[in-house]
Amino acid sequence: MCTTCGCGQADLRLDGKAHAHSHGHGLGSDRGGRRRVSLEESLLAKNDALAAGNRRRFAERGILALNLVSSPGSGKTTLLEQTILRLQGRIPVSVIEGDQQTSQDADRIRATGAPALQINTGKGCHLDAHMVGHALDHLDPTEGSVLMIENVGNLVCPAAFDLGEAAKVVILSVTEGEDKPLKYPDMFAAAGLMLLTKVDLLPHLRFDVAQCLAHARRIRPDLQILRVSAQTGEGLEAWIGWIEARRAVAQKA
Amino acid sequence: MHELSLLEGMVQGLEEEARRQGFVRIHQVRLEVGRLSGAEPEALRFAFGPATEGTLAEGAELVLLEAPGTGLCRACGAEVEIGARFDPCPACGEGFVDVTGGTELRIKDIDVE
Repeated sequence: MCTTCGCGQADLRLDGKAHAHSHGHGLGSDRGGRRRVSLEESLLAKNDALAAGNRRRFAERGILALNLVSSPGSGKTTLLEQTILRLQGRIPVSVIEGDQQTSQDADRIRATGAPALQINTGKGCHLDAHMVGHALDHLDPTEGSVLMIENVGNLVCPAAFDLGEAAKVVILSVTEGEDKPLKYPDMFAAAGLMLLTKVDLLPHLRFDVAQCLAHARRIRPDLQILRVSAQTGEGLEAWIGWIEARRAVAQKA
Repeated sequence: MHELSLLEGMVQGLEEEARRQGFVRIHQVRLEVGRLSGAEPEALRFAFGPATEGTLAEGAELVLLEAPGTGLCRACGAEVEIGARFDPCPACGEGFVDVTGGTELRIKDIDVE
């Protein structure tokens, strides 16, 4: 954390480079006595304003931005690799990778040929709209493209932080518990799509798919859910179809 | 921790407010916390010290104004109070409740000099 203003971004790194951003720590002059200042402002107001700015940038360039959220180890990066390979030659894709440390995920994405930028949040447990705005300056996604933002693996904090995306896609793997939607209701309530991943492993597990889907729909009765496997390719065409339909909407807007 | 990052963002906003409004010290922060806001009052109290340390709000009192979660039942249409997003309607015991209130996490006001 930045010890002067507590902005939490002192150890933020973009593709390994330190985050150079003036925080302006100077204080205004004292205009006298003790008083009460009414604010009535959301704790997330600053992030929401920056997210609105990102959303305008996406709209102006017809870019579909998706915010991929999940627990660590749900298979987000593997799914992204397979998604990029299937979209290759049809739709340009770029990726913002959020992790506390390392640039391994961005390296994996670049190996598919897609441009990727790694954000290291340091101690931060989620991406915020400010980080994504800076990443957009560097990455500069092409007009009409799809931007995948792989958030830090965490089902709590990313629910509250709008990045300017068209939709949050929540990813749950069958090696986790069926009850995750009930344990992390805010994330499932905020999601526009749920992907149930690693379904090729189901024969080896005691994961109850019907119960998991029922839990998710208890939070969001109208939540669209797709079952996919990045290993066998099962369900990936439906996922690609969902992306294409959302991209058509983003381009018309 | 979720509450710590929320409060760090808040302190950053307050630093900016201080420059705009010309105050140098915050004695009290009053926060409205909805039951369905995703932030826990206990965790907010715990994180407030670390989040404000070394800032103009160091040592300030945190007052939490807690608001209940409210919603509208899809089945019976009742306006009800709920403790969590996935609670069934307490009136009919059946329906899905669409949240209508209690998601706020807002700085009401601050006591400054």
